[in-house]
Amino acid sequence: MIQKIERDRTRFREIVRGKIKQDLKRFITQGEMFGRQGKKIVSIPLPGIELPRFRFGSNQKSGVGQGDGEGEGSGEGQAGDQPGNHLLEVELSLDEMAEILGEELKLPRIEPRGRDEILASKGLYTGISRTGPESLRHFRRTIRAALRRQLITGTYEPDDPVIIPIRADRYYRSWRKKDSPQNSAVIIYMMDVSGSMGKEQKEIVRIEAFWLNTWLRSQYRKITLRYIVHDAVAREVDEHTFFHLRESGGTKISSAYELCAQMIEERFPPSLWNVYPFHFSDGDNWSGRDTDRCLQLLSDRILPSCNVFCYGQVKSAYGSGQFKKDLDQRFPVDPRVITSEIADRDAILDSIRVFLGTGR
Amino acid sequence: MNLTLDLERARAQIEAYAREYGLDFFPTVFELIDNKELNEIAAYGGFPTRYPHWRFGMEYDRLQKGYSYGLSKIYELVINNNPCYAYLMKSNSLVDQKLVIAHVYGHCDFFKNNVYFEHTDRKMMDRMANHGTIIRQEVERVGLSLVEEFLDRCLALDNLIDLHAPAMIRSQPSKPEDDSARRSIPRLPAKAYMDRFINPSEYLKAEERKQVDAVHRAQRFPPTPQRDVLKFLLDHAPLKRWQQQILSLVREEAYYFAPQAQTKIMNEGWASYWHSTMMTQRVLKDSEVIDFADHHAGTLASMPGRLNPYKLGIELMRDIELRWNQGRYGKDWENCDNYEQRKRWDLKLGQGRKKIFEVRQVYCDVTFIDTFLHQEFCDAQKFYVYRTNPRTGRPEIASRDHQLVKEQILWGISNMGQPLIEVTDGNSNNRGELYLSHRFEGLELDLAQAAETLRSLEVLWGRPIHLESKVDDKGMLISCVKGEISSNEIKPSGTTQRT
Repeated sequence: MIQKIERDRTRFREIVRGKIKQDLKRFITQGEMFGRQGKKIVSIPLPGIELPRFRFGSNQKSGVGQGDGEGEGSGEGQAGDQPGNHLLEVELSLDEMAEILGEELKLPRIEPRGRDEILASKGLYTGISRTGPESLRHFRRTIRAALRRQLITGTYEPDDPVIIPIRADRYYRSWRKKDSPQNSAVIIYMMDVSGSMGKEQKEIVRIEAFWLNTWLRSQYRKITLRYIVHDAVAREVDEHTFFHLRESGGTKISSAYELCAQMIEERFPPSLWNVYPFHFSDGDNWSGRDTDRCLQLLSDRILPSCNVFCYGQVKSAYGSGQFKKDLDQRFPVDPRVITSEIADRDAILDSIRVFLGTGR
Repeated sequence: MNLTLDLERARAQIEAYAREYGLDFFPTVFELIDNKELNEIAAYGGFPTRYPHWRFGMEYDRLQKGYSYGLSKIYELVINNNPCYAYLMKSNSLVDQKLVIAHVYGHCDFFKNNVYFEHTDRKMMDRMANHGTIIRQEVERVGLSLVEEFLDRCLALDNLIDLHAPAMIRSQPSKPEDDSARRSIPRLPAKAYMDRFINPSEYLKAEERKQVDAVHRAQRFPPTPQRDVLKFLLDHAPLKRWQQQILSLVREEAYYFAPQAQTKIMNEGWASYWHSTMMTQRVLKDSEVIDFADHHAGTLASMPGRLNPYKLGIELMRDIELRWNQGRYGKDWENCDNYEQRKRWDLKLGQGRKKIFEVRQVYCDVTFIDTFLHQEFCDAQKFYVYRTNPRTGRPEIASRDHQLVKEQILWGISNMGQPLIEVTDGNSNNRGELYLSHRFEGLELDLAQAAETLRSLEVLWGRPIHLESKVDDKGMLISCVKGEISSNEIKPSGTTQRT
């Protein structure tokens, strides 16, 4: 049966896509909706596809429930009867979102650096064979073969259906080795967590990082994420800490670059990895001398081994924004260094376009 | 039917039991299908032949994702039709299938016998296919975007029907009368000298007034407010033929589906009552009891702040059966306030089964809840009314009084939980504008959506639309003129003031 419904579904998705395209900016800046539930779903509240009709407003603040009415009822309870905010939850997979993002921002597909020679071989169970290890015996086929043999030879008795496979009946699953070119990428996020980076700045970084991850994930089979925070010293942290840590103190950017360079050299040799360092800061550095050291580290150790180095400068009330100027001055034409300034949430989209627009 | 041997055996057995219990249903056709097909059919509201529309795709998307992420699963789908169609999902276990089959026979019996379903088309499967053909033809003739846009507009209005219309005649078509007959006032025959006693002047004046009123009424259009807005549009809006066809099929489908919304609680309660009764008394094998109990409990599970229609329905059915078995009704029972006596009350009438069969025949959710929900039932079932505490912003239990619980439930299901909107004047301002009134009963309209809906209506009607409603306890007239929405407060004196 060919599914008639697929046409309706496609039509629906087209409508949704159209809507998302208009509202994408709003989604990103509100940062309200990507709960990554479980493995790979996100929910995007999407206005307006529920047909408007005469219905009651949401001033109804009461309802009927059953039970003791205690405990978890309080928060969730209301959700059931309320007409809701007339939002339709459209679930998109991350792949679909990346596709939409790519379409919207006209992002080029990334050409992986020439690593076709890196092969990973993988066994796929695709066939059946008459020989093999006992652990891979195909029971159903074996029994069937035995039954067939017994029927043919007339040793099968319907009243006493005992089937005994012999050696010749045995079937085994077999596998084929498949080589696939592998391209894997590592994203190294660095963030300034000195006193001047506030909650809003971190939120911006978080949203931007989400979309960067989404896009890069759609381009590479395997993505590894590493997080580095720094104030006057740098250290590697996990994702949660990265986005929630609030430190205070001075800023020595070179400490992060040092750690990043070290990380690349030790764990992510460029012959095996596409390396994407992203650095977010408010642009303040401790001293000009430290900035010099940063630039030195960049040109000597980081740039040669990464696809592209991105620096996002989040505007804050305290930051001077000097560091971006220094970078731009030092690498005016180097395509491997991309800098962007993120003034507020609305600027996130543009910043992503700047970072990923080169297709490197 | 394409049931496996096992299933067919179970089905025949359950059908026999159902007949033994006195259930009375149309022939029922079972189809065994996989989850994709089931979700597809469910998205089409049960009719695989339905017309194409994106909202079915949306529904399918939701069902399919819910299924693949293990969030939700449809067990059964049954269509009110003669023969009834019921769909079973292939991957369900045999116990589940048995439960579903028993449940389905409950629904089929309900479809056939409940009076609210009497007017529904029992050949709906064919009719839906016809609708599908009509829409496809029109798509080919006038183009997808036109048809889709018009369909969307119609669907936005498909709650503006008159739920009780199928059961009654709202208005007699008025006969045209000639003027002379209207002018003369009927007099009783009397001799001249008796005339002022037999036909006193007060009487003549009253008669005259009556006639004048009648003339005015006849001039009004429609003569009485019309709830079936869709019918009014069909009869009077300047629609093209294809538009009329589409509007008319949307209306037909709305009337077909309405009773299912009107009897959700009863229908599910009745079906659950029967699957539970048949399974536990006759069908289940020892090894199946646990699985059955597990599934059954899942169906009836109640969540805080939510009302499960299955649970409410089955409990109320059982309660009615018990009360009529033990004679816990009538004046003696009502007036008895001796706790011990009430507790041991049992007249051994054995009328329970008979009573619930009667209930399934003549009640709908509103009357069902209104008649049979009582305090002891509420206490036993722990029903409560919650309200949001304005200080904390959290919902809190406000009361467990059955009157309030009843009121709250009825709020939600009267007129299928939809606002009551009727056409009061089809020639407003004597300029062919459409005047609608919202019968305000305490809940305000969603104004943003109402505005959009008015725009749709204006496109159909071709002239400005006015909607009278209430906002913040003040009368409000929302008008849509050429897509522009304006709202004016209605002063009690009748004059309106721009805000």
